[in-house]
Amino acid sequence: MGLDFSVVPSYFGLLLMGAGWTVAITICAGILSFVGGIVFAVIALYSHWTLRLPVRAFVWLFMGTPLLLQLFLIYFGLIQVGIDLPAFLAGVIGLGLHFAVYNSELIQVSILAVDKGQYEGARTLGLSRGQTLRRVVIPQAVHAVIPPMGNNMIALLKDSALVSVIGVMELTLAAQQAISRTYRPFEFYLAAAFCYYIINLALEAGLRRLERRIAASR
Amino acid sequence: MDIDLILRVYPFFLEAALVTIELSILTALLGLTCGAFGAAARLSRLAVLRWIAAAYVSVFRGTPALIQIFILYFGGPQIGIQLDSFAAGTIALGVNIGAYMTETIRGAIVSVDKGQTEAARTLGMSRSETMRKIILPQAARMMIRPLGVNINALIKGTALVAPISVIELTYTAQRFIGSTYKPFEMFFLSGLLYMVIIYVVGQGINWLDRRAQIV
Repeated sequence: MGLDFSVVPSYFGLLLMGAGWTVAITICAGILSFVGGIVFAVIALYSHWTLRLPVRAFVWLFMGTPLLLQLFLIYFGLIQVGIDLPAFLAGVIGLGLHFAVYNSELIQVSILAVDKGQYEGARTLGLSRGQTLRRVVIPQAVHAVIPPMGNNMIALLKDSALVSVIGVMELTLAAQQAISRTYRPFEFYLAAAFCYYIINLALEAGLRRLERRIAASR
Repeated sequence: MDIDLILRVYPFFLEAALVTIELSILTALLGLTCGAFGAAARLSRLAVLRWIAAAYVSVFRGTPALIQIFILYFGGPQIGIQLDSFAAGTIALGVNIGAYMTETIRGAIVSVDKGQTEAARTLGMSRSETMRKIILPQAARMMIRPLGVNINALIKGTALVAPISVIELTYTAQRFIGSTYKPFEMFFLSGLLYMVIIYVVGQGINWLDRRAQIV
């Protein structure tokens, strides 16, 4: 069976819909990973050990095992304890938590890199611990962490393909549906790869602009 | 936690762990080979080679590894490449990680101080001699740690061959979840074995890195 790309255009709508869901998952999981990363980092650095220990165990677990296994655990495993999540939500939570762990490591490093004098100065001016973190330390740390976190976002976009395995109708699963009707895996997976590549280029361009704006605002 | 069940199924997981290890080793070797050639091409004087290597890195880093595996395994037969799932998974993952390693190796070579090259050239060494005797030994030391990061990602990445039914750790967990309906126990077994593998490899890399820093 040779290649015949003429079948691809008739499934253009399906692929476009899948691409839309891929973008939606990436954005939702991206936001979750950003917020989660900050929360984990603050807990790891500043909280009481009763809170710190479980978070450290969680980070260790998520860094030492494959994302695919984590998605299986969240989607199929939580049913065992009575939590039945829809696939999309399970995918967003799985991807979001997975990358929150990586973001947290980056944020911790950059929080520690913020000059200690900033913290002391804010406390001397009468800000509370929480205020100092929220208004002085974290904003500076977040600035420094945007470029490496951008790399995590790009990884997240590509890893969003994994949620097709738990049945989320994104780009990869859309391609699979087209394949199940046409028996043309090469053409449709290539088309899907092309879509990912385009989304990736757009994301990279957006991140570069963001970095430039941050550099300019300093 | 159903301990009886764990004791009954764990031999299957040990067998699967061997497949994961085998996959990791082969993928790492292929990835390092692609990375070495890729880096050489990226730094070559020939524009065509530089261009090809840049395209390789951009395409393989810009698309999901899962799709690359699917293209080779499911799409391969259409263009006359018929591979079993293990071979297809290894090749796709190896070439994929090779793109990341290309950048890692290139980065290490570029970060060697330019004065080293200039001094060696001034002393009358040829370009290739300078590379072999001066630059590469220094770059090799610097790239151990970042390559270790790549290898860590690679070990976890081997889970991606589960969807094409290679009987490794993730696929085995998935299969036993389907038949026993005990996902936490199966996750525990697979997860634990991944962590053991990653820990051991991590220790090995630390050891290599320490030795390289002393020399």
